Amino acid sequence: MILGRVIGNIVATQKYRDYDAAKLLIVQPIELDGGDMGEEVIAVDGVDAGPGDIVLLVQDGYAASMAAGKVSAAIDTAVIGVVDEVQLFSHR
Amino acid sequence: MRLARVVGTVVSTIKNESLEGRKILLLKHLNHLGQTTGSAFVALDAVGAGFGENVFYVRSKEAAFPWFPLETPTDATIVGIVDRIFYP
Repeated sequence: MILGRVIGNIVATQKYRDYDAAKLLIVQPIELDGGDMGEEVIAVDGVDAGPGDIVLLVQDGYAASMAAGKVSAAIDTAVIGVVDEVQLFSHR
Repeated sequence: MRLARVVGTVVSTIKNESLEGRKILLLKHLNHLGQTTGSAFVALDAVGAGFGENVFYVRSKEAAFPWFPLETPTDATIVGIVDRIFYP
């Protein structure tokens, strides 16, 4: 799992049936300091997240399909949580 | 999944038999400015996408699922055509 920031969403009429009724978010993976990490991804929303939310992303097909409430779906990324707070322990 | 734009098509005659009749398209990733970035890559099409359209595609093993139970050797498959992108 990684942390990301929801930066947008997309609307698609013509899509594979596994995506029927799925909400699709554009998520920017982030570093611990909040900076961008790599390029944005499309994720199925399993928790009703919104723009600006820091979220937990799974990037495994089995986990993502489960989060979307399906089995063996053509889905590889899903939002499975909205992050309230991240606590970092300083290195000793 | 990631956003991409269809920039071309690939024609192949001699190929794995499970690829018979499949549309093979060339994609480039899209950034938040709507510009294509990086190198082109190849994906199968499960939704009838065409040249110039913005799409999203699924990666890894899940890319083969649209043709289940057929076993299709693909690691990228287009699963949606984008109507609109919102960046609030």
